[in-house]
Amino acid sequence: MAATDVDVFSNEEKRNLSLGGHVGFDSLPDQLVSKSVTQGFCFNILCVGETGIGKSTLMNTLFNTMFENEEASHYQNGVYLRPRTYDLQESNVHLKLTIVDTVGFGDQINKEDSYKPIVDYIDTQFENYLQEELKIKRSLFNYHDTRIHICLYFIAPTGHSLKSLDLVTMKKLDSKVNIIPIIAKADTISKSELHKFKIKIMSELVSNGVQIYQFPTDDEAVSEINASMNAHLPFAVVGSVEEVKVGNKTVRARQYPWGVVQVENESHCDFVKLREMLIRVNMEDLREQTHARHYELYRRCKLEEMGFKDTDPDSQPFSLQETYEAKRKEFLGDLQRKEEEMRQMFVNKVKETEAELKEKERELHDKFEQLKKLHQEEKRKVEEKRRDLEEEMNAFNRRKVAAETLSLSQPLKKDKDKKN
Amino acid sequence: MTASSRYRSRVPRPEDAEEKEYVGFATLPNQVHRKSVKKGFDFTLMVAGESGLGKSTLVNSLFLTDLHKDRKLLNAEERINQTVEITKHTVDIEEKGVKLKLTIVDTPGFGDAVNNTECWRPITGYIDQQFEQYFRDESGLNRKNIQDNRVHCCLYFIPPFGHGLRPVDIEFMKALQDKVNVVPLIAKADCLTPLEIKKLKERLREEIDKYGIKIYQFPDCDSDEDEEFKRQDKELKESTPFAVIGSNTVVEARGQRVRGRLYPWGIVEVENPSHCDFVKLRTMLIRTHMHDLKDITSDCHYENYRAQCIQTMTSKMNADKRVESPIPILPLSTPDVETEKLIKMKDDELRRMQQMLQKMQQQMHEQDL
Repeated sequence: MAATDVDVFSNEEKRNLSLGGHVGFDSLPDQLVSKSVTQGFCFNILCVGETGIGKSTLMNTLFNTMFENEEASHYQNGVYLRPRTYDLQESNVHLKLTIVDTVGFGDQINKEDSYKPIVDYIDTQFENYLQEELKIKRSLFNYHDTRIHICLYFIAPTGHSLKSLDLVTMKKLDSKVNIIPIIAKADTISKSELHKFKIKIMSELVSNGVQIYQFPTDDEAVSEINASMNAHLPFAVVGSVEEVKVGNKTVRARQYPWGVVQVENESHCDFVKLREMLIRVNMEDLREQTHARHYELYRRCKLEEMGFKDTDPDSQPFSLQETYEAKRKEFLGDLQRKEEEMRQMFVNKVKETEAELKEKERELHDKFEQLKKLHQEEKRKVEEKRRDLEEEMNAFNRRKVAAETLSLSQPLKKDKDKKN
Repeated sequence: MTASSRYRSRVPRPEDAEEKEYVGFATLPNQVHRKSVKKGFDFTLMVAGESGLGKSTLVNSLFLTDLHKDRKLLNAEERINQTVEITKHTVDIEEKGVKLKLTIVDTPGFGDAVNNTECWRPITGYIDQQFEQYFRDESGLNRKNIQDNRVHCCLYFIPPFGHGLRPVDIEFMKALQDKVNVVPLIAKADCLTPLEIKKLKERLREEIDKYGIKIYQFPDCDSDEDEEFKRQDKELKESTPFAVIGSNTVVEARGQRVRGRLYPWGIVEVENPSHCDFVKLRTMLIRTHMHDLKDITSDCHYENYRAQCIQTMTSKMNADKRVESPIPILPLSTPDVETEKLIKMKDDELRRMQQMLQKMQQQMHEQDL
């Protein structure tokens, strides 16, 4: 009875009603906001670029603080990632910022595997989150989310086009993370060259099917500014933490003999645009995209790999429980089979070793017998010789005695002969 | 002071010669000057470095011509598996009656692929090829018109975006240090502040020392040169590697039209010594040390190559007597290992016999006494 009642209710059409007075649930967003603020936000940035291209300086400039960073060397054997977490606060908003640096990127002579550590790192973060989600006792609300929300790809300002390494790496990363390409050290490119460079880069990305992050244009509040910013990609940035006096103000800038490049001057570089887009306008959207698009894609691939499906061959929805049971049985079966195999192998090995040992024993025994025989032979020979020798000795003694008795009977005659 | 004026100031004028035994061979430098102007000079310059570091722009700025008119630059995807090519451009330029046949050897594709193992092999192959060609010509029967295509100088462009030398830079320079004069340059120096340039130069000099890379060293100037020249020379030596900027465009700065780059925050002048070392590079490369580069190439690198070549050839010949030597060579003056051993043995024997002889003589002497 209860089941049919429920069915009836769920088939009913949803109706729009108008309110008679002010109820007050328009404060829901505010409640959400205050809850988020107390919870704190977390944001993870991945900076990919060659050594020395200005990643650390740009981070310092963006967040207006000095994150401790030693200069990296050019002689790393491979690429490795270095995540650092910082706690920042502005007004009453807490931000747990994680900056992941790629150390050694672009330095090796053979760069074919350079993208692998980066992809592995991103996948690991997704995996950790997935594990947490699948736990029985899970605490997602205070889980420290380490998934990368944004990847800033630093392009070297050659003025011609992308490097081959850039293209290969971005293609591998575009389905896993939001990529914003930026042109680093842009104070080496003049305005006209910059225009051509940007067009070339974007056309190369498009023709190779690289999906970079597009600022969302569906929310009317920010759609206009986002749309105009999309046209300025990739941003040409200059980073600096040094302050220079220009006019009567002190601004962050780089001082050259021929002029001063001001970081926050929009006609000098696109730093302000980057800051606007990255931090002030679209941070939340980046996090959402990471969770809703990239993470879901990863999860789907991973679960499909493990053998889970949403529908079984008869197109009936599978319950996760049943799938789990099936999986477990399969797994146990596998385990047993493996155990059997191992036991067999062990028994075989033991038999083999036994047989070997027996062989060896027999051999040893044979040798012993042989040696014994030899020894006896030798002993016999020696005995014979001894007897011969004894006989000889006896014969000699007898002759000696005989000679002596003979000589005793004629001693005087011999002496007389000698004297003459 | 330019080179030619130095010579002129040395030639003694006839009024200075007090003795009537003024022979007149002090005019030899003038004669050399005349002859060389008639003959003309040639110079081969190689530029190497990754794409986009401004090599072609710098060459255009150095020689004030436009060498690369229609260049086809490859896309990133085409460069993933690119091999290094060697392209040659030859131009004849003339200044004040002195003719120069300039050859620029470019190496497009160097360091551009994803896997750059041994990407310098085509380059060392090319240099060796030029040496071989010259070797054959020199050993030929008709030596009238030998074309010297040997590479006299290699400008290696180091990107300014890093913290110093990268592994590929070290490998390249080590592979080429014994074949050609390597002059490292810091490319696109307009992205570095003066302090950063200083730090980078120190870093590079340290690393070049540390890894034992033999780059081209300026010869020390003689002690009888004048002070100005010595000072210039010292300045030159202290500012290696040169930090250069190149430009194809002429801009208006401080009321003059100069080669430079126009930025919203200022104008970089290529020929301004306080902006970059372009002037120093040009002075060194063209105005003072061009001939020295050629001399070192022919006296040092080429001779090394030739000696090596001859040794390998004769050792091969010793193995296979039927192969005739393609070039006339003198018999080996350096004995190989086996004959040396033999000689040593014989020497030892001789010495022993001599000692025995001496002993016997002494004995006889004693016996007589």
